[in-house]
Amino acid sequence: MSPTNHTVVVTGIGATTPLGGDSASTWEALLAGRSGVRPLEQDWAAELPVRIAAQIAVEPGEVLPRPLARKLDRSAQFALIAAREAWADAGFTAKAGEDPAVDPDRLGAVVASGIGGVTTLLGQYDVLKNQGVRKVSPHTVPMLMPNSPSANVGIDINARAGVHTPVSACASGAEAIGYAVEMIRTGRADVVVAGGTEAAIHPLPIVAFGNMMAMSKNNDDPQGASRPYDAGRDGFVLGEGAGVVVLESVEHARARGARVYAEVVGQGISADAHHITQPEPTGRGIAAALQHLLDGSDLKPAEIVHVNAHATSTPQGDVAEIKALRRVFGDDVDHMAISATKSMTGHLLGGAGGIETVASVLALYHRIAPPTINLVERDPEADADIVGDKPRPLPEGTIAALNDSFGFGGHNVVLALRSFES
Amino acid sequence: MATQEEIVAGLAEIVNEIAGIPTEDVKLDKSFTDDLDVDSLSMVEVVVAAEEQFGVKIPDDDVKNLKTVGDAADYILKAQQV
Repeated sequence: MSPTNHTVVVTGIGATTPLGGDSASTWEALLAGRSGVRPLEQDWAAELPVRIAAQIAVEPGEVLPRPLARKLDRSAQFALIAAREAWADAGFTAKAGEDPAVDPDRLGAVVASGIGGVTTLLGQYDVLKNQGVRKVSPHTVPMLMPNSPSANVGIDINARAGVHTPVSACASGAEAIGYAVEMIRTGRADVVVAGGTEAAIHPLPIVAFGNMMAMSKNNDDPQGASRPYDAGRDGFVLGEGAGVVVLESVEHARARGARVYAEVVGQGISADAHHITQPEPTGRGIAAALQHLLDGSDLKPAEIVHVNAHATSTPQGDVAEIKALRRVFGDDVDHMAISATKSMTGHLLGGAGGIETVASVLALYHRIAPPTINLVERDPEADADIVGDKPRPLPEGTIAALNDSFGFGGHNVVLALRSFES
Repeated sequence: MATQEEIVAGLAEIVNEIAGIPTEDVKLDKSFTDDLDVDSLSMVEVVVAAEEQFGVKIPDDDVKNLKTVGDAADYILKAQQV
């Protein structure tokens, strides 16, 4: 193999989500078909048109030491919790350098957020207006900058090969993982911690998304509100949290005897160049990303048995994605068990690609596809094998999964993972 | 007016809140940066909290001279008398 085309594998996973404070509890809840959506009980929510969200299951203040937590935006708190889990899960016992298994100069971090430190930004503006100049926190700028989660993770693990933050709205987490894959594939790094995080449950983003007619207003049935592919879907439910993976060259993973969850086969990226928020209705842009994935990797359509779909529960987006899969894969779509885990987690925006990569990795590793809850009457335009309310076993042998993420702005990112025989 | 002892006790509470350092470790000879995990940003928080607690003003230009807890306590003692 050419030294500039390293095989990339996943050796660690971590998450903190509306379903659980770590990846194991999140996975258990996904398989059980539990919804993380709950009523917003904060005072500020009482008069809003949308009064539901998928709030974090375990508050970061219960996990991180207070002096650290108070200097981090909530999005960075989530990212750090997920990254520390993934780091330990990969078998590292201390930061790079202190643990000799990884060289700091060969370690990167790429953790993305779609919006950045929005609650810090708005909260400190409230402080300025209500309490005056002197009370605005000196930590405000490093908390609100969108590269803060990545930078804090990088400092925590001692990553010196590069720390990056791609921003592409709801594709940000997937784009971060794709960027990390390229860092390893091209030889810039041996190990990269990558993923996505989001913490945007605040009245302004909720009202703004709501005024776009993008969110479900099914306040009377929180757990039934996120219903991808169902004929009665009326928009997404906002979620919060983070998902992070440790990516590693297969040579590096083998040399230290690491457990390998899955191989990252490749990625496909495209842009719609159509509308700032509406998906291109025929799925043209998504299909282009899928085609790039096939053209740029050795992935075979026959291997793909599972898709963790973007499927946010919006009327247009869910269908465009299925059309694109059909356009590229034709009848091969029939052997893909398609799961919309946002039916349970809500939509974590920039965090979605992170937690859904974790879910896709675990689906391959345990050979089971998580359910799609609330699918009562399937939209006939969603012409594919959608996994319903029970998880679905996946076949033996070499199998692959896709993880789709699309963002406002017309960003399309598709990641492909494959089972790994060590 | 607070005594030096009361000021140190107050600073200890503030440093504990901001940096998580046990109050008993906050002593006159301790450096905020080197001993108490208070970086330049957190020092601004310490100063603002101290101003509020002791009813004094500590201009930004003077903050850089407050290296140790003793420096800060002396500054606050004098500032109280103005």
